Amino acid sequence: MTDTHQDLRRTPLHALHLELGAKMVPFAGYEMPVQYPAGILKEHLHTRASAGLFDVSHMGQAFLSGTDPAGALERLTPADVRGLKDGMQRYGLLLNDRGTIIDDFMFTKLAGETDLYLVVNGATKEGDFRYISEKLKGIATLTPRPDRALLALQGPKAGDVLEKISPGIGRLVFMQVTRAEVAGAPAIVSRSGYTGEDGFEISLDGRDAERVARALLADPAVLPIGLGARDSLRLEAGLCLYGHDIDETTDPVEANLVWSIGKRRKEARDFPAAQKIMDEIAGGVARKRVGILPDGKAPAREGTEIADKNGRIIGRITSGGFGPSANRPVAMGYIDSRFAKDGTEIDLIVRGKAMPARVAPMPFVPHRYKRG
Amino acid sequence: MSEVRYTDQHEWVRIDGDEATVGITKYAAEQLGDVVYVELPEAGRKVGQGGEAAVVESVKAASEVYAPVGGEVSAANDALSAEPARVNADPEGDGWFFKLKGLNRSEFAKLMTRAQYDEFVKGL
Repeated sequence: MTDTHQDLRRTPLHALHLELGAKMVPFAGYEMPVQYPAGILKEHLHTRASAGLFDVSHMGQAFLSGTDPAGALERLTPADVRGLKDGMQRYGLLLNDRGTIIDDFMFTKLAGETDLYLVVNGATKEGDFRYISEKLKGIATLTPRPDRALLALQGPKAGDVLEKISPGIGRLVFMQVTRAEVAGAPAIVSRSGYTGEDGFEISLDGRDAERVARALLADPAVLPIGLGARDSLRLEAGLCLYGHDIDETTDPVEANLVWSIGKRRKEARDFPAAQKIMDEIAGGVARKRVGILPDGKAPAREGTEIADKNGRIIGRITSGGFGPSANRPVAMGYIDSRFAKDGTEIDLIVRGKAMPARVAPMPFVPHRYKRG
Repeated sequence: MSEVRYTDQHEWVRIDGDEATVGITKYAAEQLGDVVYVELPEAGRKVGQGGEAAVVESVKAASEVYAPVGGEVSAANDALSAEPARVNADPEGDGWFFKLKGLNRSEFAKLMTRAQYDEFVKGL
């Protein structure tokens, strides 16, 4: 947090963040708000109780065009892209030829449009875009859209708040997507997010972003929320953070993300490293991503070693901290599969001491998506 | 009269008679953000000056609290275990961490005064 700030990129909401009193930190090559004056704890709890506005403009947005963009994208992901219906969004994993995870991303089929709309992680977007372009050369064209901003409005009041400035948007249910006007600005709106709550992601021209953000913040139900609370919210929701819980050393089976592999894809075995991954699904893997609840109050952070009751190291925490809504420490990590069953008693080595913990189901706080 | 001194690790230490009370400064509490967990030393434990004596964790991160002066732990503020938010509410009062006895006074004398500490924080 020194003078490297000058090399960092800024989102279209940079001036607004400063005006709101945000503490800015480097993240994914951008100068981003980690928290506002309310602080991480209040921001987290406010999002679950009311509505929070997040600037996620650092994320990579792009369109994939061609005669069959869905068929092309299926070369790089085991998700069912072809089967995605008009006006729907889905979660997918971008896999390399070894079947490990280059990134996780959302893909969208807008009604009546042939192009696919993609959202990838900010820290990985350049590499993703290069990889996709090279791998799909001659069959599909990727057009990154750095001109677009991305806002997330999350929480139980998000629907009522957005409806006021985008009449009719409340018709959307979880994972539905539409083009709509938000405060008069043309936008792509999906009913999805990264908090476990009901909510929306709003993609729009960077030039409209500040005006729309101000319109949302004018609603007394809405507080601006920084990256700190974004992380604690997604962790309670059991959602992976790329570069921490998944990366190029983990595959979909180890990461417990087999649900993102399409049924048709499993049958056809037509995705990267399909043979290896199908063998793992059938025969098991040596380690698995699981939820972990420490018995005590001490948070176990990323990198904390997991031991069995005989002191043998059997895994490592990949995300961990205090869960403000769970009101206790929560964590996830990779563990020897023989210890992956819910309720298994383990130890976490925190500052040299063994702290008792248990393998636990995720999410730690129930998802509250608005399903149809 | 009690006297308070400060460290460049943002601890404060107040001496009353033969006992010292230690906590983290308001600046440190603000930088940490909402405190959700503290780990306190047990009475009887001996710590050297600058030695790790306690841990304070916010939603964001964990930080060590170092002993501003050497001594033997005589008490810990157990109220913090039940209510860690006291550290944010009153860092230089109610939110104290632990007390020390058997102090080395020459170590205390070398720590920063309030004016020196305020100047130090301004330069950060």
